Amino acid sequence: MSEAKLDFLDRSRAFWNPGKTQDWQDMGIDLVIDRREGYYLYDMDGHRLIDLHLNGGTYNLGHRNPELVQALKTGSERFDMGNHHFPALARTALAEALAACAPSPDMRYTAYGSGGGEAIDIALKTARHATQKRKIVSIIKAYHGHTGLAVKTGDDRFSKLFLSEDTEGEFIQVPFNDLNAMEDALRGRDVAAVIMETIPATYGFPMPHEGYLPGVKQLCERYDALYIADEVQTGLMRCGEIWACTKYGIEPDIMVTGKGIGGGIYPIACVLISERCGGWLKEDGFGHISTGGGAELGCIVAMKVLEMVQRPEVRTMVRYISDYMRAGLDQIMAAYPDFFIGIRQHGVVMGLEFNHEQGAKPVMKHLYDNGVWAIFSSLDPRVLQFKPGLLMTQADCEEVIRRVEIAVGLARDEVMGASHHTYRKSA
Amino acid sequence: MEPQVRTLVDIADTPAALAGQADIVLERARWAAEVFRRFDQKLTMSIVDAVAKVAHENAGRYADWAVEETGFGVAAHKKIKNELTAHPLVDFYRDQDFVTPRIDESRKMVEIPRPAGVILALTPSTNPIATINYKILIALMTRNAIVISPHPAARECSVDAAHLLSKVAQEAGAPDGVIQIIEHPTIPLVEEFMRSKKTSVTLATGGNAMVRSAYSSSNPAIGVGPGNAPVLVDDTADIDKAAKRIIESKSFDNSALCTNESVLIALESIDKRLCQALRQNGAYICDADDVERLRRYLFHDRGFNVETVGRDAVWIAKECGIRVPENIKVLVAPIGQIGVEEPLSREKLCPVLAYHVVRTRSQAISQARAVLRIAGAGHSAAIHTSDETAAMEFAGAVEVYRVVVNAPCTQGAAGFATALAPTFTVGTGYFGRSSIGENIGPQHLVHWTRLAYNSSPDEPFGSYHGVSVNLAGPLPTAPADGVPGSSRSTLRPSSSSAPTEGSTDPSREELRKLIAEELRFILRH
Ligand SMILES: Cc1ncc(COP(=O)(O)O)c(C=O)c1O
Repeated sequence: MSEAKLDFLDRSRAFWNPGKTQDWQDMGIDLVIDRREGYYLYDMDGHRLIDLHLNGGTYNLGHRNPELVQALKTGSERFDMGNHHFPALARTALAEALAACAPSPDMRYTAYGSGGGEAIDIALKTARHATQKRKIVSIIKAYHGHTGLAVKTGDDRFSKLFLSEDTEGEFIQVPFNDLNAMEDALRGRDVAAVIMETIPATYGFPMPHEGYLPGVKQLCERYDALYIADEVQTGLMRCGEIWACTKYGIEPDIMVTGKGIGGGIYPIACVLISERCGGWLKEDGFGHISTGGGAELGCIVAMKVLEMVQRPEVRTMVRYISDYMRAGLDQIMAAYPDFFIGIRQHGVVMGLEFNHEQGAKPVMKHLYDNGVWAIFSSLDPRVLQFKPGLLMTQADCEEVIRRVEIAVGLARDEVMGASHHTYRKSA
Repeated sequence: MEPQVRTLVDIADTPAALAGQADIVLERARWAAEVFRRFDQKLTMSIVDAVAKVAHENAGRYADWAVEETGFGVAAHKKIKNELTAHPLVDFYRDQDFVTPRIDESRKMVEIPRPAGVILALTPSTNPIATINYKILIALMTRNAIVISPHPAARECSVDAAHLLSKVAQEAGAPDGVIQIIEHPTIPLVEEFMRSKKTSVTLATGGNAMVRSAYSSSNPAIGVGPGNAPVLVDDTADIDKAAKRIIESKSFDNSALCTNESVLIALESIDKRLCQALRQNGAYICDADDVERLRRYLFHDRGFNVETVGRDAVWIAKECGIRVPENIKVLVAPIGQIGVEEPLSREKLCPVLAYHVVRTRSQAISQARAVLRIAGAGHSAAIHTSDETAAMEFAGAVEVYRVVVNAPCTQGAAGFATALAPTFTVGTGYFGRSSIGENIGPQHLVHWTRLAYNSSPDEPFGSYHGVSVNLAGPLPTAPADGVPGSSRSTLRPSSSSAPTEGSTDPSREELRKLIAEELRFILRH
């Protein structure tokens, strides 16, 4: 590590976040991202990494995508954040663009947050207003962000720390893929909404069983609860359709998109609200106020993102990338069957499952040493989040597979011991 | 109110947007090419045949459409061209295999075909569909992906045809994106495509500016220069047949092909007879006044009047005020000089044939060379003769790479009335500032990796029969877990050597969940 980096890390500990800075050092990841371009990150010491983390799809279209940068630049010749109290050209234009590609025909309004968490809060508040009920059901180990309400839907590690956990019994959590538990939670008809990430990312992408999500939607209808789809990570074509929930036949009442919608260059998050849930927007349109929410420059970027991800070429690319990666990973899995035990996949949303309760961490570390950045699932560290971008080139995919094969081999030796090594030549 | 998708901030014309647009199309093509190169000869040819069939079936429809959209050419002739570039083109190459490795025992070599990758194909307005058929088919024969950049004047029929052939190819098993077309081509956008690193080679047919631009793009290019074919009628020629062929050629699709005869050079001794024969076959021989009208009408300061491309002779005559009978097919314009001072000695993509009389054979050759000095270097020429010496002398002197003998030049040079390879890209070689001098075909879209053995007799050649490269075919479809109809992802059982601790064993966890679920079910009912 360079002197410059050592010095920088000291400053990071001193002025930014000592705990987070140190944790990464302890995990052997001394990454300080400097330059970034396309799907490449360059550490401040020059080390190049292919980014398969993409901050959960924030960089779907690559880092500093030139078209998005251009949209931001050109946009800034006319717009700025805008005045959040007034009807605004860009906010309405984006709302229309979202309505035009919404997962349900009766989705009409868009409310804006400055980030995913805020948008989740808006979604939950909207559901509470629409149903005049308070309870929210989420999935055990769900992750919907760290703002006031969102944090209560997730693991209590993040709420208890700040004495912000639910104490009123308003936030109920049920196991994923368990319709009976869901029904038990909804039966009392006192639930405002179920919030459901179509594929729980931070939990390592456990895949919904066939019929699970439609089953949840049916239960919501039966027990007068709303269905909120969190498409922050799964949306924007990562599963081969603009919103993953439609692949499972879901027409949500409320949908949240974030991360990638801002193209990684202007933070913005959106809540799509169906006509029947949008009552508060008429009753008191000032009900939710956010100076940065729906900043008009963000709207300009988001419109470009929507246009880009809906290009027919992107659809093909997502298929190629997911098929190609899968074929390569299957071969690696066949070579290390005792360690690399599963692949969870829907499009370019992938989780690699390792046969050790912290198995994804050494894989992450060896990938890092081999020029690939992919992060473990913080709520299930057996699983490595493997999230290629929508526009990845064939050459880069081949590079990734080559490096993954090396890293998995090294991690396997580290975890299981080289002596048991039964390396089989990949087919 | 219905939502509208509007553009508030338009960046479409910025370099970033142009580059982005080109990049995504080309990357899709690269992916397609990467999968396509895993296909074997049988699958490849089944795709080629499926596409050729549909191209053939639609030859007439697109011929009409092209004439209607561009306003030039003859639909019946375009139909023939569209057909020739379907089945006959494929049949011409049927016996050649650009997919399977070749084993050469005598040279101790194995040659493995390696597709170029992504072909960027510029197609002209004059032969839009025939060129599209031809370029798509030679790309498919060699397992390349192709991106077509149509001439804006023939955009609509081109886009429709390319989409149709793309759909057919995909239904026949070709990878998605193997055939694409730039739907809204503009010069800056096409230049982005040409300069992208993701373009393997540009196959440029069309205007000289585009061809030069392809060559300056820093990428490999096969570009062909313009034609301006001289045709010599020798005193040993069968005059009637010569006249008939020349008229047939000049009137074919109203001379929209670049292989059409531009300047007819006739020996003095047969001048009268030839003119007579030309008249009999549908030519109108202009007088000096007519020639001047033609000259002024066909050429203005900026060059050739493109309005006249592919128009018929009667239309042109009317436009410039020459009175001709309605059955005239070709306007013959006698000219006294060839060179910069005589515009009519330039290329004319319309049924106007310059006519120049010479005294001797050697003068004929120097005049033919002069024609090609103006334009058309490396392209085509024709001779009508029964004297082999005359033919050899002519062919050895004119700077072209094909000299058609006793045949219509339009069809002959493009390989449709001779044994030349059928093509819509006539290589103009070094004379014409191009990389290839023969008629372009699939062989130019594939290079070969040669496995070359030590030539010493001590080192035996390996046995390569039955040994193949990876031809695994299409990629298997990745599962979309949990989506109805999608296969489940593979879950491997964990090995016993794993240091599992209690709950981390997924199979046990699964089992426990299953049991719990069952119990619940029983308790409930
Ligand atoms: C599924 C999901 N929802 C919501 C959020 C919160 O978004 P933000 O971090 O922008 O507040 C995240 C962030 O990781 C997320 O993954």
